[in-house]
Amino acid sequence: MNKLLLLGDEAIAQGAIDAGLSGIYAYPGTPSTEIPEYVHASKQAKELNVITSWCANEKTAMEAALGMSYAGKRAMVTMKHVGLNVAADGFINASITGANGGLIVVAADDPSMHSSQNEQDSRFYGQFAMIPFFEPANQQEAYDMVHYAFDLSEKYGLPTMIRITTRLAHSRSGVLRKPEVRKQNDLKLPQDLRQFVLLPVIARRNYKKLLSLQDKLEYESEISGYNQYIEGNNHSLGIITCGIAYNYLMENYPNGCPYPVLKIGQHPIPKNMVKKLYDSCNEILVLEDGYPLIENHLKGLLNLVKPVHGRLDGTLPRDGELNPTLVAKALGLPATMGLPVPNMVVPRPPALCKGCPHNDTYLALNEALKDYSKGRVFSDIGCYTLGALPPLESINTCVDMGASITMAKGAADAGLTPAIAVIGDSTFTHSGITGLIDCVVHNSNVKIFILDNFTTAMTGGQPSAAYNRLIDICKGVGVPEEHIRVLKPLPKNHEENVKAIKEELEYNGVSVIIPQRECIVTLNKRMREKFKKQSV
Amino acid sequence: MKKDIILAGVGGQGIISMAAIIGLAALNRGMYLKQSEVHGMSQRGGDVMSNLRISDKPIYSDLIPCGQADLIISLEPMESLRYLPYLNPQGWLITNKAPFINIPNYPDLDSVYKEITKIEKHVLIPADTIAKEIGNDKVVNMIVLGASAPYLGFEKEEIQNAIRQMFKNKGEDALNQNLQAFEMGYNYKAS
Repeated sequence: MNKLLLLGDEAIAQGAIDAGLSGIYAYPGTPSTEIPEYVHASKQAKELNVITSWCANEKTAMEAALGMSYAGKRAMVTMKHVGLNVAADGFINASITGANGGLIVVAADDPSMHSSQNEQDSRFYGQFAMIPFFEPANQQEAYDMVHYAFDLSEKYGLPTMIRITTRLAHSRSGVLRKPEVRKQNDLKLPQDLRQFVLLPVIARRNYKKLLSLQDKLEYESEISGYNQYIEGNNHSLGIITCGIAYNYLMENYPNGCPYPVLKIGQHPIPKNMVKKLYDSCNEILVLEDGYPLIENHLKGLLNLVKPVHGRLDGTLPRDGELNPTLVAKALGLPATMGLPVPNMVVPRPPALCKGCPHNDTYLALNEALKDYSKGRVFSDIGCYTLGALPPLESINTCVDMGASITMAKGAADAGLTPAIAVIGDSTFTHSGITGLIDCVVHNSNVKIFILDNFTTAMTGGQPSAAYNRLIDICKGVGVPEEHIRVLKPLPKNHEENVKAIKEELEYNGVSVIIPQRECIVTLNKRMREKFKKQSV
Repeated sequence: MKKDIILAGVGGQGIISMAAIIGLAALNRGMYLKQSEVHGMSQRGGDVMSNLRISDKPIYSDLIPCGQADLIISLEPMESLRYLPYLNPQGWLITNKAPFINIPNYPDLDSVYKEITKIEKHVLIPADTIAKEIGNDKVVNMIVLGASAPYLGFEKEEIQNAIRQMFKNKGEDALNQNLQAFEMGYNYKAS
């Protein structure tokens, strides 16, 4: 059978389709976006009637997936690592309700922050929820683990998690598919129709059950084959690798590693395997992408016993993604190195595209704010965050999805009035609406710009839940109609837009300003497709 | 055969299709392949790079270790220099000569060229100028690919076949222009 050349993300998606997936739910977020995108584009998934749904945010996606699991079918929910913070309420409680149909949560971490505001490690969430979770080392494992994770989820009636990092998510390699596509589950409700009612009396019982399963889950980790003990001759060092760190180790030992290696791909941590390595080696080196999770466990609070090396003792950097060169150094191997980067090479940060509507909005905002003191513009997650950089330097914050509106409210409460919020259309429906309600209820003096480019631009142009709904949402929430101002951000409208913004700055209360123009990238794409169709 | 290749450029210049064509040639031979790409925010006019590894034997790391790349193939001269720590001492640096200037502090171009020519095995090809001759500014990457072809470890025909596979649904004109671009890059001799 021919191998498919798939991104790690795509391998997970294909694995899910082949394992009898009934529905995938997601809000786009780098580096997870290609998982749902692949299912959306898959002819096979379409023929199998797999539900593919972009959701308002990760929490709604998590809950929809849990609902599908409740109804007995296999569901997957995918998100970037910080998305799991948004979904955390549902995620943690899903370990208490348990799952009925197989349920997999995919969290895509971004060590080195290629496209994120932090590099938090989702494995801590997996431990926190006390559910089994997986760290694939390569695209093939990513594919295979999905099938197994659904099995395990249904066997124990628990959600499972697959944790990947950017490097695996966005790297292609050959993947061999299973010979058969598994049938989807039929609709089948949980035997106990109160299992998902987390009233204290039921939650306590469910929680005890979760606790009682921990030994069994650990046993599964020991026998599944995704944790492998690979013997070596030289016991001066034992090496533990998690996920793709194994590849960086083996890159340095193409003819086999001389030290015993414990390759971890499944959690909970296989304690007996760790003990075997620890007992038979003089020192331990832990290679893991993300935070030093295993290393911390092994060291304990006081680090009283054998030397454990890794990110905590400086053998490896405490932050950032691992790579084969860093691992070579950690092993004391001579690291090869090319020439240094010449001094003249300067950074080339990403920038707003030529013709981007955000640029015109920021130019108008900058001019309207000329007579106010600086530092009053609270912004959010999206392409428009690039407005922080020169030459625009228009915004002062970017924290999490929706924080622009709520932080502006807090600052306005503190006396920084008018406070400005700048948020994108998709980010607004993700997590901005509740903040707007706070502002309306307290009649805060905030000016909220919802930059409406009709799409979720930064992740590649997925549909925006806000499309054609923004004005109605703002009206419905209670923003006075005369203070909902729709602008068209174009250079020729600059003066007119500045005037409108200034008028709202003078009003003491909630204003919503909606600069509305299609993202230049999606516009170009649409035009190309239109042209192609006409020319055929 | 084993080749580790760094593809470099600015977001949107077309390094992924270069990687895809080399990857196809490798797959046609039944080789192993790993290709790491840049998605997301960094694509917006920022520097981008892709690690392409092809080999007769299984490949472990998705990333090329420092000092071990056989080639740097770049669509922009300054960007070719950003990855010098990855190039092995016998490696080739092949880059487009035309700068992509979207930053205010772009360095003096002559000194960029001087750094490039310090690398013993280099090709500095005016791909933008050649693309203008062909009359299609979208084939710059095929020209640079053509200039790289002698060092990739494939027969010329293998790469040409991969280009045919890539463009088979894009129409006769697009295919021919890309093949012509590849040919002109392949035959380019610095004067």
